[in-house]
Amino acid sequence: MTNPQRTVPAPKKVQLMATCLCDAFFDDVAVATVQVLEYLGVEVGFPADQTCCGQPAFNAGDWKASRKVVRHVVDTFKGEDPVVVPSGSCAAMLFHGALLEFENEPDLSEVKQLANRSWELLDYIVNGLGVREWPGSFPHRVSFHRSCHLRGTCSGPAAMNLMKSIDGLELATFGEAEQCCGFGGAFSVSHPNISARMGELKLEHIIAANPEYLVAADMGCLLHLGGIVDKSGIELPRLHVAQVLRDALVSANLLPAA
Amino acid sequence: MPTKTQQDIDRYARDLNPEVYTSVYGGTKATTEKRHDVLFHDYPDPDLLRRTAGEVKQHTLENLDTYLPKAEAALKANGAQVHFAADGDAANRIILEIMKANGAKSMVKSKSMVSEETGLGHFLEDNGMKCLETDLGEFIIQIDHDHPSHIVKPIAHKNRRDIAKSFEREGLGDYNDDPATITRRAREFLRGKYFEADVGLTGANFVSAESGRLAIVTNEGNARFCMAATPIHIGIVGIEKLIPHDRDLALFTSLIGRSGTGQHLTVYTQFINGPRRFGQPDGPEQMHVVFVDNKRTEVLASNCREILRCIRCGACLNVCPVYRQASGHAYRSVYPGPVGAVLSPLLAGTRFPELADLPKASSLCGACNEVCPVNIPIPDLLLRLRDKAKTEHAGRAMKGTPPMGMYGLLASQPHAWRAAMTMGAAMNLTPNAVMNIIPPAAAWNSCRQLPKWRGGKFRHWMKERGKN
Repeated sequence: MTNPQRTVPAPKKVQLMATCLCDAFFDDVAVATVQVLEYLGVEVGFPADQTCCGQPAFNAGDWKASRKVVRHVVDTFKGEDPVVVPSGSCAAMLFHGALLEFENEPDLSEVKQLANRSWELLDYIVNGLGVREWPGSFPHRVSFHRSCHLRGTCSGPAAMNLMKSIDGLELATFGEAEQCCGFGGAFSVSHPNISARMGELKLEHIIAANPEYLVAADMGCLLHLGGIVDKSGIELPRLHVAQVLRDALVSANLLPAA
Repeated sequence: MPTKTQQDIDRYARDLNPEVYTSVYGGTKATTEKRHDVLFHDYPDPDLLRRTAGEVKQHTLENLDTYLPKAEAALKANGAQVHFAADGDAANRIILEIMKANGAKSMVKSKSMVSEETGLGHFLEDNGMKCLETDLGEFIIQIDHDHPSHIVKPIAHKNRRDIAKSFEREGLGDYNDDPATITRRAREFLRGKYFEADVGLTGANFVSAESGRLAIVTNEGNARFCMAATPIHIGIVGIEKLIPHDRDLALFTSLIGRSGTGQHLTVYTQFINGPRRFGQPDGPEQMHVVFVDNKRTEVLASNCREILRCIRCGACLNVCPVYRQASGHAYRSVYPGPVGAVLSPLLAGTRFPELADLPKASSLCGACNEVCPVNIPIPDLLLRLRDKAKTEHAGRAMKGTPPMGMYGLLASQPHAWRAAMTMGAAMNLTPNAVMNIIPPAAAWNSCRQLPKWRGGKFRHWMKERGKN
């Protein structure tokens, strides 16, 4: 899966799609996203009518229900401003999944218009705004789980390179990094045994690398991996890349501490 | 800890024999690593090759009405006989008729997935013919009355101890699990059979429309024996195997070995475009090519037509985390893994609902697409089939998946959504005993813990900032 040809540059005014997972569980990830974007001089709008990207129903095979949600997204995120999402899978839903399920729909062009200005957060920062280095320090050993929705997009390398530029941050690589964590949305519930074993295998590799934090750019993966970790009582704190970037800024007094 | 599950593949994986898991996991992981090393060592940009190969195949499929008659004409001009089979039964009957017409009684058979699809071996046995598998893996499967679990390595689910036991049982020597001994004994047993057989059957990995040439890649040389030592050669070929020109073989033979087994080239690459000609020392006196449709034209007309690009290399199986956990037999069909999850329900025709759960057995991670030598967008096709299953009310597919109607309603009504976000906090107070009665929550909680609900907090933070 590749990002579509962008039809807009990356102006410094965006609409934030916080994602349903941040809305429900991970508010600090959304906060960090806003703080990081604002530090970069980006004006962040938050359309309050936003809900979800439509992916749960899309993956579950209920495209009728999913299209209803995507139409709402199109309505909510009108205009020309880029839509920035701190999640690879929700971004991919907007620029890839939605196009699939609207292939034969009369309003495909509106969905396309949204797709062409949808960005995953790190892709926007690195490839959109051209930010190559990050100030501040984060003196910790972290393992970065490259979520599957960053496969073939420019966001995975973007996240890695930006983190590598942070003072003191040490990347702990681990085995079979290309393998999925096992979340897969509805898959985690319909195929609980396979999903959990995939997660456990992933965690075995990560834990062997002995990181202080597990970092990803998608809270879906971290909801699942974190859920397994917490259930088994292992200590492994998780962070979204946006939180790492934010904490680095705080360490350099570029942002006030929370 | 084993968890209650409603999907067959998940149940299969849960109850899988640990030895099978170890064999499959170890083999697939090693092959994936080899594939990566070889492809990236040999080519600066293997992705470009994959995309090109995909485009060539897609072009051929979209112009089959030109390429198929072209291949037929070329083969006939070379002296081969060409047959077309609308379905698997027709293919089997054509092959039986060829044998009967020539007074043939026995066949040596090289590995062919399409013949698995038509059930050829059993059909011939039922009709009084002898049919001996000569690929080592397929031979073991035949003596075990088993069926293949992997496209390229049919006995990925067995280890050498299993095979040694089978050989001992079949009178092929005492128990000995040394791989070299197993191979030697199989070779000794099979050698004579090639010369005794009346017919040699092979599949084909590619057929050039330009020359009618069949390309057959193997690692054991058994296909070559089947063609060289028997008077009649039959090639059974799915119509999707066509490629436009002989020159395209350079691209496809480069990709198939590297993708499938991590070899630069397979050990034997065999070409045949007609029966033995005057002065040639070996080769069949008669050559027949049976082109099999068996729902392929229906697939071509569907929105999943890209799956017909597949060259059966097995790379998607090897890299697939679900296949690694579940093994091939979990897919209940001839083609396992990601490609099978798309192809098998489509080839099932009206029996689609019986296999409509297969596309659900994927986390949609996309690894299959990333390694596919013909760049098939497998995750997109899995999603299309999930939509088809839902639209056609294939109940089996929907088992265990939370119903999405309510979600669709909620997520398209912002007021209701915001209210639900706040009310979700009730979950923090709900005891696990209650949560575990709600099916999706129970399946989630069986192996994971949900974090604390914090719905509404971010929105509140945004609002507060607005006030400042």
